[in-house]
Amino acid sequence: MKKTPFMSLAASLALAAGMAGAEEVRVYNWSDYIDESLLEKFEQETGIDLIYDVFDSNEVLETKMLAGGSGYDVVVPTGTFLQRQIAAGAFQPLDKDQLPNIANMWDVIEKRTATYDEGNAYSINYMWGTTGIGVNTGKVAELLGDDAPIGSLALVFDPANMEKLASCGVHFLDAPTEMIPAALAYAGMDPDAKDEAALAKAEEVIMAVRPHIQKFHSSEYINALANGDICVAFGWSGDILQARDRAAEAENGVEIAYNAPSEGALMWFDQMAIPVDAPNPAGAHVFLNFIMDAQNMATASNYVYYANGNLASQEFLIEDVIGDTAIYPDAAALENLYTVTPFGPREQRTLTRLWTRIKSGT
Amino acid sequence: MRRALLIASPYLWLLALFLVPFAIVLKISLSDIALARPPYMPQWHPGDGLVALGEFLGSLDFENFVFLTQDDLYWKAYLSSLRIALISTALTLLVGYPIAYGMARAAPEWRPTLLMLVILPFWTSFLIRVYSWMGILSTEGVLNQFLTGLGLISEPLQVLNTNTAVYIGIVYTYLPFMILPIYSALEKLDDALLEAAEDLGCNRTEAFWLVTFPLSRTGIVAGCFLVFIPSLGEFVIPSLLGGSDTLMIGKILWEEFFSNRDWPVASAVAVILLLILIVPIVLFQRSEEKAREAAK
Repeated sequence: MKKTPFMSLAASLALAAGMAGAEEVRVYNWSDYIDESLLEKFEQETGIDLIYDVFDSNEVLETKMLAGGSGYDVVVPTGTFLQRQIAAGAFQPLDKDQLPNIANMWDVIEKRTATYDEGNAYSINYMWGTTGIGVNTGKVAELLGDDAPIGSLALVFDPANMEKLASCGVHFLDAPTEMIPAALAYAGMDPDAKDEAALAKAEEVIMAVRPHIQKFHSSEYINALANGDICVAFGWSGDILQARDRAAEAENGVEIAYNAPSEGALMWFDQMAIPVDAPNPAGAHVFLNFIMDAQNMATASNYVYYANGNLASQEFLIEDVIGDTAIYPDAAALENLYTVTPFGPREQRTLTRLWTRIKSGT
Repeated sequence: MRRALLIASPYLWLLALFLVPFAIVLKISLSDIALARPPYMPQWHPGDGLVALGEFLGSLDFENFVFLTQDDLYWKAYLSSLRIALISTALTLLVGYPIAYGMARAAPEWRPTLLMLVILPFWTSFLIRVYSWMGILSTEGVLNQFLTGLGLISEPLQVLNTNTAVYIGIVYTYLPFMILPIYSALEKLDDALLEAAEDLGCNRTEAFWLVTFPLSRTGIVAGCFLVFIPSLGEFVIPSLLGGSDTLMIGKILWEEFFSNRDWPVASAVAVILLLILIVPIVLFQRSEEKAREAAK
């Protein structure tokens, strides 16, 4: 049979259609939050095309989820955000029959994530960590002496300490849901309190040190700490450990240490879930099952230096991760970690308003 | 028929790219926040029928606009944005005018190159250019190292995370929008007018203020509006270079939309911002029209 130009065109069209029909999974995760070799491994093992996008704030993800039609199959909100998005009907329940690796998960973490997602029906834990204090040990010792309280909230909430630290720069997270519980813990109150009296007390605690805070920002402190631009940051554990490693690599004489505050530290959970309108829920389950594989999860943690909720993965973790109590706290320190619940719409407005007042004085 | 289409096309453009989005924002600003997808109520879909449409329209109200008047945060943010936009525009004019003047007075064979140099920064991403300012202005940055190296200062200057950094960022970013219209006005200037002024007894300074400056007025007006309007709603520059106390309406809008998840209030803030912007936009068009008529 003689091949006509028309037929070859038809053949190439069919080929194109076949390629477009190849299975795809679209994953939306936090930036710099996975070992990228895992992405290739997933494609090779399953034959599914993986499209991997990143974001850097829960608010941006939440807005996409609430608007609907995001086109993603797997997303990774933090616990408190997840709970509210489940209530808004943004996610579909997991089909656990498609997730045999769920047996690898760690009951200690599952018990805690169940406060956000009852029975862990909609999500699996990806990583978890604490919010605490990162210090440039050299500069802080220079200003406050060798017995500076670097493991205590007093370092950042006692005006006497902050006055001395102000000259070398202190950053706080620009996240009221992280900072208000810390201020309440310092005041000896329930970190999860949301009534007006509690919020007013938290505001008082932060306002007392406000003049000495250089900036409220949720990511700049990684570089600023590593470069020696600032000497104290109240931030996320893994980010501060990243700053520590960057400074060590740069050999610039900056030494960073992370401590979860002794008064209690906030524990947070980043959870993987499947949007209700996901184009490929079956593929999403394949991805979740792949991530819950003990070796894969260990590869991810060994890269990002965050703890995960996968018990079976622990034997594959490198000593730098599993042996570091800043990442995997011992049982006693774990008891000292608290969790918080989400704010309702009215409380959220009061909170945001209070936060603007703290930041801008208006 | 063709003529009707020709006349209609700018209006279709306006309808599709301005009026329809504005109507959607206005509609959301009249509804209420809800824990749902999308996060506001009530909603109406074309399939719901006319009775539902009546109910839907009946349940819209101006509550969110009233709310904006009850908290001094909002008008303070609008005022602060206006102040930052005005000061930045004045600074951009001060920096941009001499550059445009120098370009217009340069030898003709140099002008295309100079023009190219003004446009060149656009080839690099805006975000990367703002980030590089962070590198220049930070306490351990290029500027402070340079000044301490010269022995001019002993303690590093805190420029990053202040309003000064915001002004620097806005002036830097919008400078070409100021230079280009002024340059195009000055370039058209007939040298014979300046010679005539000097013949009639003006010195060079007087000739500049009596002839050059008034004739470049249209360029100045166009440049000022091109800088003022986008800097009023600016979000990226204050959030990257500004401090936590830099209050601008773009940031408030972000917080309402993302932190509070309150799309209705965010939409109300946006509607008012637009109303504030309509005044300078109308003034701008008036002055453009005048200029066009004067040119006839």
